[in-house]
Amino acid sequence: MSVENFIFLLYILVLASYCGFELIAKVPPTLHTPLMSGSNAISGITIVGAILCIQEGAWSKYLGMAALVFATINVVGGYAVTDRMLQMFKKKK
Amino acid sequence: MNIFIQLTYLAATILFIVGIKKLNKTQEARRGNTISAIAMLLAVLATLVHSKLLNPVEIFGCLLIGSAIGLIWARKVEMTQMPEMVAIFNGFGGIASLLVATSDYWTRAVEQPGLSTDMVIIVSILLSVLIGGITFSGSLTAYGKLSGKINGNAIVFKGQHFLNLVFLLAAVTCGILVSISMDSIYAMMIMIAISLILGILVVIPIGGADMPVVISLLNSYSGMAACTTGFVLNNSVLIVTGALVGASGIILTQIMCKAMNRSLISVLLGGFGATSG
Repeated sequence: MSVENFIFLLYILVLASYCGFELIAKVPPTLHTPLMSGSNAISGITIVGAILCIQEGAWSKYLGMAALVFATINVVGGYAVTDRMLQMFKKKK
Repeated sequence: MNIFIQLTYLAATILFIVGIKKLNKTQEARRGNTISAIAMLLAVLATLVHSKLLNPVEIFGCLLIGSAIGLIWARKVEMTQMPEMVAIFNGFGGIASLLVATSDYWTRAVEQPGLSTDMVIIVSILLSVLIGGITFSGSLTAYGKLSGKINGNAIVFKGQHFLNLVFLLAAVTCGILVSISMDSIYAMMIMIAISLILGILVVIPIGGADMPVVISLLNSYSGMAACTTGFVLNNSVLIVTGALVGASGIILTQIMCKAMNRSLISVLLGGFGATSG
């Protein structure tokens, strides 16, 4: 990785982190769990990394495949559970 | 990399930010969740194009298996068991980061030793393994506590923090060994084992009532793990999205602590609820 590339990625990291800090402001307490669950699904973005790991090779491919299964469960399950929680909210009101 | 893929990643990033923002408001929360799901779909599609589908059977097979398991679990779970479910999903995100980093390490150390590997990549691999491992075993411990499979009370013993420190130092030592020589496969394996043990040690002293806060914190960790994986693979969407979850997770953890009248530090040090039944 060249120095310019690394610095560029650091810029992205710092700006995205700041954005993340600012995004969560006054969350009503009832939304704490759905928000946690929703951002948990987003953290399944490793799914992208897992797909990229499934190239040629033996063990590196198998590890990537295991990662892909786990990450997909995280993503699909995470979004589905969050949606169920939020659906429940609607009915109550 | 193809400009089309980069632009799709950018669109996904914007949708993730809009999605999280909407999750803050009761009225729009459900739409926010859908928007971030669409963002994830975009990111996955762009990545599938980028990977040129060298192994379509393996990739789609894994996607199918993972989706089926995720959907079935999400449908089946009782409303009261939601926090446990979030904990276990979160743990899977953590182990995925660990596995991706290990896969990349294996390619560089064993399968294609000719690849140029610099310090940024090595440090990122080590951090992904460490944070991913802690997230995985920590989340599973939290799951066990919430579901009553293991003792839900705080488990405290003398010298706990000292033991954590010893393990952390051992992990750093293994990390140094690996960065000196990529061939130190045993050091890498010990590093993985230590990260898994640390996750358990960090969560067992925390009592049942504090569990939601811990899951929120572990969620933030899994974001950071994804972010470091982004540095390993030189992938901007992983870095941005991981950092978003990592940072917003910390803030949410703090807000949840305040709502329960607890300080983050006292939750982390643990021991709360150690004597209650």
